[in-house]
Formats: sequence, C-alpha cells, structure tokens
Amino acid sequence: MALLKMKFPLQRRVRLAQGLWLLSWLAVLSGAFIFCLGVYLKTELLRRAEVMDNAEIHVVPNILMLVSLASIGTNWFAGRVCQDSLDTTRFPRWKRFLMGWFAVVALLCSLLVTAVVLSYALQGRLEESLKVGLRNGIRFYRDTDVPGRCFQKETIDRLQIQLRCCGNTNYRDWFEVQWISNRYLNFTSKEVKDRVRSNVDGRYLVDGVPFSCCNPESPRPCLQYHLLDNNAHYNYEYQTESLNLYSRGCRQALVDYYMELMNTIGPGVLSVILTQITVAVSLRYLQTAVEGAMALDNPEDDSDGYLLEKNLKETIQDIKTYFLILYMRNKINLESDDADAAEKATAS
Amino acid sequence: MAFMPVKFDLPKRVKLAQGLWLLYWISMMVGILIFSLGIFFKIELRKRSEMMDNNESHFVPNLLILMGMVACGVNAFGGKVTHDSLDPTKFPKWKPMLKPYLTFCCGFNILLLITALLCFLMQFALYLTLADGLKNGIKFYKDTDTPGRCFMKRTLDMTQIEFRCCGNNNYRDWFEVQWISNRYLDMSNVEVRDRVMSNVEGKYLMDSVPFSCCNPGSPRPCIQHHLTNNSAHYDYDHRIEELNIWTRGCREALVAYYGGLMNSIGGLILLTIILESVDMAGLKYLTTSLESMSDPENPECESEGWLLEKGVKETMSDLFAKLKTMGKTNQVEEGAQAAT
Repeated sequence: MALLKMKFPLQRRVRLAQGLWLLSWLAVLSGAFIFCLGVYLKTELLRRAEVMDNAEIHVVPNILMLVSLASIGTNWFAGRVCQDSLDTTRFPRWKRFLMGWFAVVALLCSLLVTAVVLSYALQGRLEESLKVGLRNGIRFYRDTDVPGRCFQKETIDRLQIQLRCCGNTNYRDWFEVQWISNRYLNFTSKEVKDRVRSNVDGRYLVDGVPFSCCNPESPRPCLQYHLLDNNAHYNYEYQTESLNLYSRGCRQALVDYYMELMNTIGPGVLSVILTQITVAVSLRYLQTAVEGAMALDNPEDDSDGYLLEKNLKETIQDIKTYFLILYMRNKINLESDDADAAEKATAS
Repeated sequence: MAFMPVKFDLPKRVKLAQGLWLLYWISMMVGILIFSLGIFFKIELRKRSEMMDNNESHFVPNLLILMGMVACGVNAFGGKVTHDSLDPTKFPKWKPMLKPYLTFCCGFNILLLITALLCFLMQFALYLTLADGLKNGIKFYKDTDTPGRCFMKRTLDMTQIEFRCCGNNNYRDWFEVQWISNRYLDMSNVEVRDRVMSNVEGKYLMDSVPFSCCNPGSPRPCIQHHLTNNSAHYDYDHRIEELNIWTRGCREALVAYYGGLMNSIGGLILLTIILESVDMAGLKYLTTSLESMSDPENPECESEGWLLEKGVKETMSDLFAKLKTMGKTNQVEEGAQAAT
C-alpha cells in the first residue's frame, strides 16, 4: 500500500513533466540568487575583517556558496530528466542516478537549514570576536608609525563615521587607552608630565575622543576634549548632553548590521529550501508514474504515482533487512576467508 | 538611381529582419537605461538641493526621463513592424505609417543630440549654482535654531565627510565666517569679547574648521583649532601639513562628481543616437526590399533595398521644393481669401 498514491493519466503526466521542467529552471535561478547572497555576505564580512579576531562566522557564507553551486547542478539535472521523461527510449538511462539524486538533494537541504541555524547560533561568537578585534583596534589607534598597524587609525575612524558609533561598548572606552601618540606630545610641558605620571603605566590618558566620534546631528560644534569637565565648555553638562557624540558602541553597531543582513538572507534561503523540496517531490511522482506507465502493455494508459512503494513502516523495515543482509554477507565472506587462511596454514 | 542599393534574396531578408528585431530590443533596453539614469540624476540633485540653495534647474533630468520614455515607445513600434514584416498578411497595415515614423525618428535623433549637448553644458550652470549655495551653506552653518536652516549644519557636515572636502574653495572659507553660534559662546569671557570686538561686524572669527573637515588618513589626531598658529600645537607646521584636513574645496568635489555623471550620460546618449541611426537604416532597407519585390506572390524572389530612392542631392532638392510649395500654397490660399 503505497504512500500518497495518485492516479496519473497521460495528460497529467505530460503536464507534470512540463511544470517540473519550469520549476527546475526556477530552482536553478534561485540557486544562483543564493550564491549571489552568499558572495555579498562574504564580502561584507571581509570588509570589516580588520576588526574581527577570528573568521568563524565565515562558515555561513561558505556553506551558502557551496550549496547553491551544488543545487544549480542538481536542478539542471532534474530539468534534463524531465525533458527525457516522456520519451520511453531515453528515460531508462537516468533511472540509475535518481536514487543518488534524492540523497544529494536531502543533503543539500539539510546543509541549508544548518546554515540558517548557524547564522543565529554564531551571533555570540561574532560578538566575542568583534569585542577582541575592536579592543585591539582602539589600543593600536595611535601606532600609525608601526608597520602592520599603521592603518588601524584610518580603519577605526572610517568605521566610526560609517556606522555612526564610538568606541567598543561606548565612548568611554577611549578614556582608558592612550590614543594620542607620544610623537605628538610635548614632554617638556608640565601638564603632559603630570598626566603621564598620574597613572601606573605612564600613559597619557585624556577624557577626550577622536573626531570620528562626533555626531553631525548635534546643534553645537563638536566637543571632543574635556568631556567630563562641565566647566571646560560654556553651557555644557555631560550628564544631559546626548547629541554631541555617537552614543552607540561599534560592537553593537556591527552585530546589529550583520544580524540584519542575515535576517534578510534567512527567508530567501528558506524559500529556496521549499522550492528544492517541491522539485524533489514532483520528480519522485514523475519517476514512479513514468516507470509505472512503461511497465504497462499500453504505455499511454493511466498509471499510479507515489512517494514510497510501501508505507513508511514497511519501507523502514525493508531498509533494515537490506543492511542486515549486506552485513551478513560481509560476515560470511570474512569467515570463509579466515577458514581458507587456517586451512592453508595447517596444510603448509 | 538609388542611394546605396543592396540586393536581397529571401534568406538575406529574413536575416535582416531577425537582426533588426534584436537591435530594436537592445535599443529599447538602452531607452529604459536612459529613463532610469534620468531618475537617478534627479534624485541626486534633490539629495543635495540644500547645497544649491534649492534653486537648481531640473530641466536636464526631466528631459532625460522624457527622452527615455519616447525611445522606448519608438523602438517598441519599430520592433513590432519588423516582427510583422516577413508576414505578407500583416505587413501592409504598417506600410502607410512608415514614412511619418521614419521622419519622427529623424526628429527624435536631433532631439537626442540637443539633449547630449545640454548634458555637457549643464556643468557650467551647476558650477555657478554650487558656488552660491555653498557660500550660503557655510554662512548658515551655525543657525541650527533658525527654522528652515536648522539642518544646514548636518547637511554640510555629511557632505564634507562624504565628498572628502572642506569649505567652498578650500578650508580658509571657514575662517571668514562665524560658524559657532552665539548660544555656545561665553560673552562674559575676556578672550571672547576681544575677538568679537576685533572685527567690524562683531563676528567671532577663528582660524578653525568644523570636525567634518578632518582627514581620517592623517597619522596624527585631527587638529581643528588654531590651524595657522604653529606654536599652538607640538611639532606642527601649517605650511607643510597636508594630511590633517581635506585640502579640496567642496565646490570642486561636487562639480567633479556631477560632471562625471553628466559626461557618462552624455556619452550614453551619443551611443543611443548611433544605435537609432543604425535601426533607421536597417528598417529602411527592410521595408524598401519588401516593397520592391517584383513578384509579391512569390516570397522567394529577389529584390533591391536602398536608403534613399534618389541620390542625396536630388532628395535634398526635392525636399526644398516641397517646403517651398507648402509655403506657396499658404500664400495662394491667403491671396484667394483676400480676393473673395
């Protein structure tokens, strides 16, 4: 008793083949679309690679790109099978590959689901990676004369301007590092000497931020230095001032940006999975209907299409017995080999 | 004696029709491209209209949008005629419309040429508009509490950041205006009072620039204030310091941006003119070869196609004669009316 059996007269078989051919081409296009999305995500991640500590998050776009390329191949194959399905001379040569095709499609769908799940699960790791990367970026901001770090300043400045953020968690991160290089500090000045001596590590710490933290929306020209000193500026109170600098931290800004990107990619991937499953189910029906028709005396008669030849329980039972027989056969082969080897040993 | 005649047999005619149909499709795509470029240009002008005192001329983008739509229509019609041309039942209904259609195409090409010229010439108008607009923008930078101007600061800051420029001609434009509002100046402070009283108009002028002039590529944290005073900063010489703030003026930057856009649009239109002319020539050959078939019942007969029925000189003189007679008929009619 087959699973989800349907009657397929000739006309319906033809319609199914035509519809499936169109659907497989649609699936090829959606595979190409997912490939483009994967490439876009990867380029966006690479753009900010300097403020990321590790590349674990890259597994999501990598999976998307590989799976989309494979799905383009499988759907093109499905289209070819459709084209040949109504021709009884050409269809049999595809029969052998169809079981393998279904297995490949199942694997691809599960990989896509994994990619979507990972894009949410890896959010925590992404945040950790950004935390470390941004901390290093802020620490090495002043090292514009050290090879390998000379572009940190420009990178962090551009990042803060483009994403409208300041510091790692917020702007106070800049108060904890010396972001002005010693090359530009006048060590003969009393003020500089006092400040450097006032902390254990001998760093020149200021309650100031770089210019890239400035918010253009502020009605007032930007205040960068002496941020915690209300008397340093006229009509200024740092506790209530909110528009002067960007209030968001860059870590939060980057995580929000990437999560938004992956949230827009998510539904696209899910719809591609649905399309792929539809193609697989339709191809199964077409395969069984055409094979049924070829077995009849009059190939143009009605035939039955089904998903599984027997129902679910019996199919699982069949698969179990198949593997059991395979195992038994191997065991017998091994035992007979051992017996032969023992005989040879006693004979010699 | 026809101008540039070419012999056509059936396969050649079929190939010409197919090629021409494809060419009309490509021309339609180009028409859509011109339309979308016109819209893009309009949006770009709107985005920065505050920099141009809100009185920039939208004539060129509107013209581009119109030309794009007309190009689409013209090429769609041409494609339909080509599609029906090899079918002897459908072609005769298009025959009477061909002459006015080709005349219209000629006129359209001339309009496209004028549009391309306007594209190239608009840059000069834009230069002048921007000079005025930016000067006012810098003047009203501090008026964040005046309705109608409160976003000038934000717009100018974003423009300077995005286009990597400072001031109108260069950064010194900021030294000539008061860009810090009086609300944030402590008038009881001696230094502030001195500065305000030191110039005729009572403006608080400084040798400083806003933060948006800062160059992120500078190895040194940005120096915004006391730019011309070497002793105000350690190890600083304003004459040789190049990377601290942007050296380019915003007028130059914006003109370069819009100029590049307009030059590419102008180039595209010139390409469209060439494409349209090729389309017209192809259609003329196709229609004349179909009309000159010696035996209309037999589609496989040979025929001849040409661009002009008589030579160029004769066609021109015919045209002038026709124009003269048109003028004369008007005069004769008026004379007859006056007589009666």
